[in-house]
Amino acid sequence: MENIFPLELADVCFAPNGVPVLGNIHLSIAGDACTVILGANGAGKSVLMRIMHGLLAPSSGRLAWNGGEARPSGQALVFQRPVMLRRSALANVAYGLKLCGVPRIDRERRARQALARVGLAHLAERPARVLSGGEQQRIALARAWALDPRILFLDEPTASLDPGAARDVERIVGDIRLAGTAIVMTTHNLGQARRLADEIVFLHRGRITERTPAPEFFRQPRSAEAETYLKGELP
Amino acid sequence: MNRLFGWSRFVLLGCALLSSLSALAADAYITVASTTSTEHSGLFGFLLPQFEKHSGIQVRVVALGTDQALDLARRGDADVVFVHNPAAEEKFVAEGYGVKRQEVMYNDFVLVGPQDDPAKVAGGKDIAEALEKIAATKPPFVSRGDKSGTHAAELRLWKAAGIDIDKSKGAWYRDTGAGMGPALNTAASLNAYILADRGTWLSFKNRQNLVVVVAGDKRLFNQYAVTLVNPAKHPHIKQAAGQRFIDWLLSDAGQKAVADYRIGGEQLFFPNAQRR
Amino acid sequence: MDAFGIALGLVVAGDAKLLAIIALSLRVSLSAVLLASLLALPFGALLAVGEFPCRRSLVVVVNGFMGMPAVVVGLLAYLLLSRAGPLGSFGLLFTPAAMTIAQALLVMPLLAALTRQIVADAWREYEEQLHSLGATVGQAIATLLWDTRYSLFTVLLAGFGRAIAEVGAVMIVGGNIDGVTRVMTTAIALETSKGDLPLALALGAILVMLVLVVNALTFATGSWVQRKLG
Repeated sequence: MENIFPLELADVCFAPNGVPVLGNIHLSIAGDACTVILGANGAGKSVLMRIMHGLLAPSSGRLAWNGGEARPSGQALVFQRPVMLRRSALANVAYGLKLCGVPRIDRERRARQALARVGLAHLAERPARVLSGGEQQRIALARAWALDPRILFLDEPTASLDPGAARDVERIVGDIRLAGTAIVMTTHNLGQARRLADEIVFLHRGRITERTPAPEFFRQPRSAEAETYLKGELP
Repeated sequence: MNRLFGWSRFVLLGCALLSSLSALAADAYITVASTTSTEHSGLFGFLLPQFEKHSGIQVRVVALGTDQALDLARRGDADVVFVHNPAAEEKFVAEGYGVKRQEVMYNDFVLVGPQDDPAKVAGGKDIAEALEKIAATKPPFVSRGDKSGTHAAELRLWKAAGIDIDKSKGAWYRDTGAGMGPALNTAASLNAYILADRGTWLSFKNRQNLVVVVAGDKRLFNQYAVTLVNPAKHPHIKQAAGQRFIDWLLSDAGQKAVADYRIGGEQLFFPNAQRR
Repeated sequence: MDAFGIALGLVVAGDAKLLAIIALSLRVSLSAVLLASLLALPFGALLAVGEFPCRRSLVVVVNGFMGMPAVVVGLLAYLLLSRAGPLGSFGLLFTPAAMTIAQALLVMPLLAALTRQIVADAWREYEEQLHSLGATVGQAIATLLWDTRYSLFTVLLAGFGRAIAEVGAVMIVGGNIDGVTRVMTTAIALETSKGDLPLALALGAILVMLVLVVNALTFATGSWVQRKLG
């Protein structure tokens, strides 16, 4: 498997229709950690993730994977609200593999494995759209995991879930990280960030104010904006 | 799994449907372009089964106005034409599209009108006189207007009455551009006068207040003839089968069948093929 | 109301000619919808999902063609299929196949326009996820068409309704030939021409019932499948 890291963003700006959203983004992801992006609402966290994942194109600046311009496979993104196709849970998980052209028998095997790892093997044949939010999010994770990605992006994955479901998702993300996949995640849940993050990237009004190893960040952040945020004065 | 099952059902249904459509192509058939007046009178429903039994050839009749039928044949979309406008038919043959025009049967046109007869033409035997009265009193009058044999006859009769209908027509003259049946429906609803062929009139069921007001003038003579479309112009024409149909129509058996067709005991068409 | 009596009488008696006409109507219109959907559904989905120049104008054009009069479509099909026309050598004129082709042409814009709307609505929900998973335009179209299949059922029914109810196209390319290309609508037109209005109305009533039955069956099947398989 070729190496896709490091992911480098050099002076990336995003200003759709002239409205500045992100500016001066310099970021390098080495692919060996769980990076959590924190910031107030509207700081640009989701936009930054989408640019990194290739769903949005930057207005200016350069994005490169291991020096190359091409968008590699081996990456997946789990959205805040999972999108389930109108088919069974198993078929949903296998879908990503189908798009890659994996043959049916392998697809099914890998999908079942992924479902089992997220604890939903018993729901394999159920129509995915009738399941609960937490179950659907776990299916989305299984779908991403089945692809065996090198990097997994998660955009506020537990924001719509109840605490029990949220904890299940955290556990799975932890397992995925342990298995060697790089994680880049946004969240508003500081406890979650504390539990999962190796490092924090703090975004304020579209700019990165600091990038700090997690324990240090929560002890004492380096930037004033981050400090204000932690104190709860920013939304 | 379900998906494969669902799709294959869909595809099978599709194949079955499409193949059933092609299976409808009979082994031997000819296409005859004829008039709405013959079709609506029900003549073909009576005549054709006899021919089909005799020859095994299915006759598919497309019923249009005479001019449309001839145009269809010019494009090669019919094998035989069976219409009633001698002038147009002669032109068709002269242009090389038809082989030979042969007369088959005749009936007559009748002038039909409302029972209360505002133009006071009822009972007359002179069609020219009747049309003059109509042009003068201007009651509603429905015209076929569709370049059919009946329409051509109507125009001839206006001329015979010395009336330039293009100049004289006003709001009273309703040019419908329709077949015989629809035109009769319109006339019945409008309580209007209309020229019709006796065959369609006898089989027409929506007469309302209409009755025959003028008949029997020899200018109301309506001749039907049959012509084979020229294979020299259109090589795909079913010449042999078409000729068999024509021969049968002109034969004793065919002529008798024409004469036997009746509605309510009344004969609609009178055979008059020339004996060779 | 005497028309309903006649209608009932015809249906109960199982009049062979009537049954043949009904069977042909169903065959022609169902085939037409099937044929049209093979092209129109993917095309509609492409209009919803694809990004290419003049896409918007194309959407306007397709929507506009929904209003194409049946008789105009019939005329165009006639010009194509006539011996004097480009496809004349197939000898399709005045056959049920010609009627299917004409009706397919008639309903294609309708199917495409409605599919486009349905797929566009679904695309709003699915777009980011499908892009994230790396779906190509072709894969996205296939996925969306399958996922919106229950709504597309209704689209097909709309197409079927339009096809089986029209008389203009099928009269011109079929010729209303007794026993060969006579369908319900052309039979109604013929009986009206002959002035037999009660019979025409009766046939009309039967046609409406037929369409209702097809709709009911499709709806019931769809609901059953949806309950069983989600």
